Amino acid sequence: MVATPTREPEAPTSTSDDPAAKLEAPKTPLRRRLRRDWVLLALMLPGVGYFLVFHYGALFGNVIAFKDYVPFIGVWDSPWVGIDNFTSLMNNSQFWHAAWNTVSIAGLQLIFYFPAPLALALLLHSLAGDTIRRFVQSVVYLPHFISWVIVVALFQQVLGDVGVLNGVLADNGLSTIDIIGNPDAYRPLVIAQIIWKECGWGTIIFLAALTNVNEQLYEAAAIDGANAWRRFWHVTLPAIRPVVILLLILRLGDILTVGFEQFFLQRNAVGPGAGEVLDTFVFYTGIGSGNFGTATAAGLMKGAIGLVLVYSANKIAHRLGEQGVYKSR
Amino acid sequence: MSSSQRPIWMGKPRLVTRIAKGIALFIVVMLVIFPFWTIVATSIATPEEVVANGGWVVIPETISFAAYTDILRGGVITNALTVSAGITLVGTATSLVATIFLAYALARPNVVGGRPILLLVLFTFLFPPAMIPSFLVVKETGLFDSYAALILPVLINVFNLVVMRGFFQGVPGELIEAARLDGAGDFRILTRIILPLSKAVVAVIGLFYAVSYWNSFFNAIIYLDDTTKWPIQAVLRQYVSQGAALADTSEATMVNSPQSVKMAVVVLATVPIILVYPFIQRFFTKGVLTGAIKS
Repeated sequence: MVATPTREPEAPTSTSDDPAAKLEAPKTPLRRRLRRDWVLLALMLPGVGYFLVFHYGALFGNVIAFKDYVPFIGVWDSPWVGIDNFTSLMNNSQFWHAAWNTVSIAGLQLIFYFPAPLALALLLHSLAGDTIRRFVQSVVYLPHFISWVIVVALFQQVLGDVGVLNGVLADNGLSTIDIIGNPDAYRPLVIAQIIWKECGWGTIIFLAALTNVNEQLYEAAAIDGANAWRRFWHVTLPAIRPVVILLLILRLGDILTVGFEQFFLQRNAVGPGAGEVLDTFVFYTGIGSGNFGTATAAGLMKGAIGLVLVYSANKIAHRLGEQGVYKSR
Repeated sequence: MSSSQRPIWMGKPRLVTRIAKGIALFIVVMLVIFPFWTIVATSIATPEEVVANGGWVVIPETISFAAYTDILRGGVITNALTVSAGITLVGTATSLVATIFLAYALARPNVVGGRPILLLVLFTFLFPPAMIPSFLVVKETGLFDSYAALILPVLINVFNLVVMRGFFQGVPGELIEAARLDGAGDFRILTRIILPLSKAVVAVIGLFYAVSYWNSFFNAIIYLDDTTKWPIQAVLRQYVSQGAALADTSEATMVNSPQSVKMAVVVLATVPIILVYPFIQRFFTKGVLTGAIKS
């Protein structure tokens, strides 16, 4: 996003050369600049239209959090109700239950899913041979491209009550395990699914950080008598710490989002008690039961809290002397 | 693990370490491959074998494609596969064109309004459209229950746009100057200079779009009331994740074991991804990394 030194030549009538033109650019009459750039502006149209309608239109649509939205009347003419939707949300025990489920699942993700790609990346990086590493990488990246519908189907086929695991257990006279559709097993199951799907893909960024570590540091450490473990502790870990902290911040800012599709697909199998998270709550309250105002209020609160969380996490990172996501100037 | 690539200072790892690493990698690879293996095996086993074994097969004794001929004979699955293919083709082409146009215009310096429009676009990173307001936009724009509702609301991915813009900015300015002096307009510069130099990034972003169109099911579920219009992933969800009986969704006579038919549908929904995967794989590390650095 740095302005490039080259700039467009003026329309043929202009006599200015490059550096001068840069200074004079704002003085070129708007009409002439429009005539010069009309092709580029026309090329922007579809994209800009998309962002205005589907992003800014949707952003504006959040006003129904403060309205009693009635589908036939439309967004404009539905009556204003102030913060009624928010107060009814505060008194909605299902909302708090969904919020609690979300935070606890996100906490489990942080403990079990977050370190998994790092561990796998360290393992892959420690391989000296390229062939094996490339092969393993191709295999573990694949699940990222598989849709959640299929991932859920695969887990059912392997862990379900007529699945491979229980089949093998039954054939050997052991008692079967009820995993799919069991509310008590739901949290371990969703963590296992996300690790299976995204762990390999998550290694990319860590592997890039690991490859960027200066070889000479390892060499110097080795000459000073550091063994493999000490080289890992004193060279590798400090080198990748900024990336780890950056990702941790992004994750903390997103703690109210655990991923929608995965939970939407399995919520009904375990029931809302175990399966409801904030995003599915928004769906079932709004599109499911038609309480659009309440659902939008829930979505808006989630977004606002998320922004505050990202901002605070970034502040904390600065305190700790790390670079963080963005630098405040 | 050829020792030739190992720097001298590193020393040779102990045998125990190497064996432990080997086992760990083997387990990781098997955990990924095994589920795919068992759905393929179950889908090509004979119905009798699947039923006798309780619904799953790891190594089929006889191979039979009965499940595939059954669901591809016409009916819901065939229809859903066609819909998915159509959405993926049209959607990818539309998204790619819109992304290229906007990325190109935003990559050129000093375009009128370029700066504010760039900010307008980047700002959407902070506030991704929420579910209910997006749903209302689709309702109010009259896209509801049309295939356009599966494409237009997800036309441009901001991340893809930023990656592509970064790539276009890397094209040397001298080339653009030269083309301009030869009398090329902005559009010709795009088609004759920029695009031929950007085949890799266009390919990988096209594949990203294609994968996301093929995999998406939620928009179909909320925006298409008419379930006969549903793409394969939405149909698959209906009876894989909700356990709806297959007979309801397929007109084909179910002489087969429902389990092998189910697995055949899962395989058909996965195959296109597996087919394009080698092509994406060649590019994505590069694409993802340039994107990450730029943003």
